[in-house]
Amino acid sequence: MGLRRVAIVGAGLTKFMRRAQETPKELAYEAAKLALDSCGLRLKDIDSVTIGTAPDAFDGVHRKGEFLADGSGGFGKPTMRHYVGGGTGCFSPTHGWFHVASGMFDTCLVVAEEKMSCAFPHPAGAFLTIFDHTTEQPLYPTLIWIFAMEMNRYMNTYGIPKELIAKVSVKNKGNALDHPAAQVAEKITVEDVLNSEVMAYPVNRLDISPVSDGAAAIVLAAEHVAERITDKPIWIDGMGWNLETSYWCTRDLAYPDYVEKAARMAYKMAGITEPHRQIDIAEPYDPFSYKELHHMEGLLLCGKGEAPQLLADGVTERTGRLPCCPSGGAMGVGNPIAATGLMKVIEIFLQLREEAGARQVPGKPRTGIAQAWGDLMQVGTVVVMRR
Amino acid sequence: MELKKEMLRGTQLSESDFRAGKVITTDWKPELHYAWDNGVGIGYYLAQLKAGKITASFCNKCNRIMLPPRAFCELCFKPTDGWVDVLDTGTINTFSVSLVDWAARRIKKGERPHTPAVIEIDGASPGHGMLHLIGEIDPYEIKIGMRVKAVWKKPEERTGSITDILYFKPIREPKASRKK
Amino acid sequence: MKNKVSIAGVGVSGFKALTSDLSYRELVFDAAVKAYLDAGIEHHEIEGFVTTAEDLQEGYSIADEYTPDQLGAVLKPCYTVSGDFLHSIASAAMMIQAGLFDIVAVECLSKASNMLTLPDLAAFAMDPTFNRPLNFSEHVVAGLEMSRFLFETGNTVEQAACVVVQNKANALLNPHACFGAKITVEDVLCSEPVSYPIRRLNVAQSADGAVVIVLASEKAVSRLSCKPIFIKGIGWSTDAPSLESREWGSAEYGYAATQIAYKNAGISCPAKEIQLAEVNDEYGYKELMHIESLGLCRRGESGELYQTGFFAPKGQLPVNVSGGMLGIGNLYDANGGALLSELIIQLRGLAGQRQVQNVKTGVALSWRGVPSSSGVCAVLTNEG
Repeated sequence: MGLRRVAIVGAGLTKFMRRAQETPKELAYEAAKLALDSCGLRLKDIDSVTIGTAPDAFDGVHRKGEFLADGSGGFGKPTMRHYVGGGTGCFSPTHGWFHVASGMFDTCLVVAEEKMSCAFPHPAGAFLTIFDHTTEQPLYPTLIWIFAMEMNRYMNTYGIPKELIAKVSVKNKGNALDHPAAQVAEKITVEDVLNSEVMAYPVNRLDISPVSDGAAAIVLAAEHVAERITDKPIWIDGMGWNLETSYWCTRDLAYPDYVEKAARMAYKMAGITEPHRQIDIAEPYDPFSYKELHHMEGLLLCGKGEAPQLLADGVTERTGRLPCCPSGGAMGVGNPIAATGLMKVIEIFLQLREEAGARQVPGKPRTGIAQAWGDLMQVGTVVVMRR
Repeated sequence: MELKKEMLRGTQLSESDFRAGKVITTDWKPELHYAWDNGVGIGYYLAQLKAGKITASFCNKCNRIMLPPRAFCELCFKPTDGWVDVLDTGTINTFSVSLVDWAARRIKKGERPHTPAVIEIDGASPGHGMLHLIGEIDPYEIKIGMRVKAVWKKPEERTGSITDILYFKPIREPKASRKK
Repeated sequence: MKNKVSIAGVGVSGFKALTSDLSYRELVFDAAVKAYLDAGIEHHEIEGFVTTAEDLQEGYSIADEYTPDQLGAVLKPCYTVSGDFLHSIASAAMMIQAGLFDIVAVECLSKASNMLTLPDLAAFAMDPTFNRPLNFSEHVVAGLEMSRFLFETGNTVEQAACVVVQNKANALLNPHACFGAKITVEDVLCSEPVSYPIRRLNVAQSADGAVVIVLASEKAVSRLSCKPIFIKGIGWSTDAPSLESREWGSAEYGYAATQIAYKNAGISCPAKEIQLAEVNDEYGYKELMHIESLGLCRRGESGELYQTGFFAPKGQLPVNVSGGMLGIGNLYDANGGALLSELIIQLRGLAGQRQVQNVKTGVALSWRGVPSSSGVCAVLTNEG
């Protein structure tokens, strides 16, 4: 399928921080430069650039893609910005894939950036305006409302106690201790999570990933070019994305249909018929603790309502049968929205090449997936990678 | 190539750096104002809210009664076939008790937490809900599945907005009397 | 272009100064219904969707959320490109060329009338550290560019005014345009100064509207009941985003985008091989810049040729027969949609009174407006 196979040949990230001194352009540059250096390429070897970045309201620049173009290596090049809210980071490789698989370009530099700290009084405020301006905003909703309501519905539908969900925070923040970019890595316990202040029932402070600044970048190359650059190209074998209706109050929040559809699209392309058996390692999006579980089910890695038990049984630890978020995820590394998804893609890239250092999962994983989610509990984006 | 900590760039600033004036900053307050055309679907919904009614639209092809009402059915991709008033009662599908506001500020001591909910409205198709607030109940007693009814603003105070409904309150069903 | 991509259907809603009767959803629904009918397909046959949106133009933090319903894209692969409509077309075309989908719908929308503080929005696009504190309007940036362009090329203020006169006259024959008018060069040169040498009549006014286009692969187009228009080539480029390090005297993004598009289209002598052009002219002088970067004449000659009627509707190489942005209205990122839909109508021979004869190949060049330096060039043909 496709005119050509496309591989990820290089990757770079910045540290993920609460407040970076670097401007958005500088963050993008640092990630892009490291990605190029990691595979020995120069900017002139790059034929095209695609930029993934989420709400302009964070960085405080309208048409943020234009602003970031030079920092992302796009000066004088075909440069475009793609956007699916929080799902952007795991759609970025797909958008880059179009550039190369179409035959138009041999290489594509994919850059994801977010500088949330610019928004005052608090970046969370930017989420007021994701709700419908006429039927919802007059009620002054917050982002936490919608996550809390989804978490409540999920817990209620399957009878999941908070203790089981809290384990995600424990696992991921612990995993992140080995991640070089990590912002909020720490060793905590389930009790710490349950005792942390309640933000919006049933969400506690330690259930939520932080506000972050950061950038990530990968280099994509067509097969004949990839094989010259590296002896460990990681192939993008499947991709999927799916957008649900904007009328979010008509959907059962207990299960993310749109993630399942995105996953099925990606799995079909990659020839995966039994995801729970054929996938060796996964990075589901975890902006809130329960989301990792919610998404594992949407990704068909287990049945509906079963993810908490897998977690409790240790299946999703790094040493388990199906490591999930070995990076530390958004919960541990940080959540600069678009860059988070790409960070997860980079984690799978490194894991499949056995270059993940202290985070390396055993067993020489061959097939990995990264997934992100976004919009109003609306979009799922999935990438399947193989060595 | 393993990505090691020393290879990753990024300079962390702290809150105290800002307060101590160690960081040069630029600020800008954008004035971004909008007046959205409500159009046919939402326009009618708001006009009906002003009249004290919740109105849905229906599609004869998929047989859904949709809330909020819309001029076209997004699944059948055709104009909707008409309007129908639904009840102002419903069932709580999910809810939360929030101690932070939209700008992430904690509520003040003694202030009632915010209690948003998705309420499936009686008369609309199953699952067709509305985001609104719950009132007249201790926040920590709200349950999924609870039956609620809209509390409206006085007619002269309504403006044609979702806030013409102040909140939804629990419907206290009369208990069946026990016979010995 | 390998794996030919065709335009199978087009739907236009608008363009008008106000569209108060319809919400943004309803406006796009109208364009989508027309496009799908034109292509002879049902909405569920469309495999992928690409929408064009910028958050703050729409007034949402994530405009992508509010895109699928009105396209029939619920629970389908749908994503947003934050760029001009022609960027979305390029993105969708690559998807089809890669063999992923056979039928893709591409959308753009302008509800500029709903944005009450457009100058503030333009200021918010400027660099926060170096440019915004100077508090100048976006027209200043255009004024700087117009000055330098005229200085370097020898084109004149009067010639730029001719563009305004001609495009507004052209728009009178375009039922989709709402700013058609019969004015003179004198009217333009005497209109209220905005930012030297830009005057009020040099600047396009905003408008609302939506365009939906259905793209199809070679395989799909053969079974659809449409008269396909082929995308021969498409290219895009971004020059320096910063004002301080850009080329002011020429539209570098235009040259670069055009080079890619012509290479893919196999065009080596544009002035001979192209019969029609639609370019962004939201400031009159931009049309001259864009004509030159398309290679439709030599650098510095566009103004003089313009005055001789070379680019007039009955001239040798008609440009902006639609009326351009000056005649249609500035639709912001939907401008590419207006330009492309005109080309399609012309190439299909359905432009009525404004039909250009013997049109086989047309080119569109869009630009994202101040302060951006991004543009997209698309070459279309009706010859299979």
